[in-house]
Amino acid sequence: MTGRLLAIGLALVFAASYAAAQVGADKRRSGYQDMGEALQKMQDDDTANPGMLFVQLGGQLWNRAVGAADKSCADCHGAAAVSMKGVAARYPAIPGGSDRPVDLEGRINLCRTEQQKADRLPPENRDLLALTVYVAHQSRDLQIAPPYDPRLDAFRQEGAEIYRRRQGQLNLSCAICHDDNAGKKLAGIVIPEAHPTGYPIYRLEWQALGSLKRRLRNCLVGIRAEAWPLDAPEYVALELYLMQRARGLKLETPAVRP
Amino acid sequence: MSNILVNAPKTARRGAVIEIKALIMHPMETGFRPGPNGRIIPRNIIERFTATWNGAEIFAMDMSPAIAANPFVSFFAEAKESGTVVLRWTGDEGFVAEQRVDIAVE
Ligand code: HEC
Ligand code: HEC
Repeated sequence: MTGRLLAIGLALVFAASYAAAQVGADKRRSGYQDMGEALQKMQDDDTANPGMLFVQLGGQLWNRAVGAADKSCADCHGAAAVSMKGVAARYPAIPGGSDRPVDLEGRINLCRTEQQKADRLPPENRDLLALTVYVAHQSRDLQIAPPYDPRLDAFRQEGAEIYRRRQGQLNLSCAICHDDNAGKKLAGIVIPEAHPTGYPIYRLEWQALGSLKRRLRNCLVGIRAEAWPLDAPEYVALELYLMQRARGLKLETPAVRP
Repeated sequence: MSNILVNAPKTARRGAVIEIKALIMHPMETGFRPGPNGRIIPRNIIERFTATWNGAEIFAMDMSPAIAANPFVSFFAEAKESGTVVLRWTGDEGFVAEQRVDIAVE
């Protein structure tokens, strides 16, 4: 137990220091490593991974002109393989002209409303998820690399506080499960370390693609806490903290999860 | 237009048994679930999947509401002659999707 805590303590130190994350003594595990072999194979095979259907759809939407501006994403950004490479690895971030961070879905919605002059897509909307997974897929196999933006520090700090705060009727914190008890089993399921390596994910239980926000809401409901409204800044703060904690791990989007 | 992913070899030796895998985006709505308003969401499933090789049927299956969303099908076929494999899904609400795959048999 003490060893385990020590290992996680070390992992957090590594997460905090980019230089240290490079040395290779990294014990952090993506949720991928905690899945059975069958699911790993499903994720690895681009014609068996259902998330790839949404990557395909996202590619079609990328080229479709919409909104009053009658512009497609491609009209401004060209080939996503070039312009979107590495982008998902450094979100959430603060968009130009703003002082608050947005996640990748939020950034895409900004382009929808400001650039394309189209309606904002609601959370968990299929097209929004497809565009997000298409953009994030362009960063597959790249290391998570949150930006060094001092304006983000306060938001990351808030995320870290939420992560350690006990909440819900079960009075548990994220850290109790994902730091102190990661690798152990909860009702037959291995508790992962909660690294946001594969989002949006195709979750078999959902039979659908879903965002990190949806995953976080599942954990909140699991501890019988009241989930924040879908547009609450708490999610972005948590996402910022989780990305910081996972700095250096490789993105797998679209991941498959049970 | 439907989103479909197919995994089949482009070439095969005559007489070889090859695997064809196909994944399609579809909600496979069971017809048993209530929606947010409490009313049952109407059934919307793929009812049948067929595969033909140069027009001759090589595989067919019926699908049921118990099959998960975005169904994945894998089957085997003997490579007899070069040609086109046509995969076809049909279902509720007039759903029809087709994907063609060319396979060269040497
Ligand atoms: C009671 C223990 C518990 C608590 C508390 C908990 N989780 Fe989880 N969490 C889990 C389990 C178990 C899974 C994996 C579920 C599965 O695979 O079906 C999970 C999955 C996740 C994942 C997905 C990891 C991946 O590989 O995709 C993330 C991210 C996550 N949790 C974050 C959080 C955050 C943030 C909190 C606090 C708001 C939290 N969890 C609270 C048990 C918990
Ligand atoms: C009319 C031009 C235009 C269109 C159309 C457009 N964008 Fe953008 N996009 C921009 C500009 C300009 C920026 C940079 C804004 C900034 O830095 O504040 C940007 C930034 C982004 C970013 C963040 C990139 C980064 O490096 O942080 C993403 C992701 C993005 N767009 C996705 C999309 C998607 C997806 C679509 C289609 C749904 C789209 N954009 C449509 C102009 C456009």
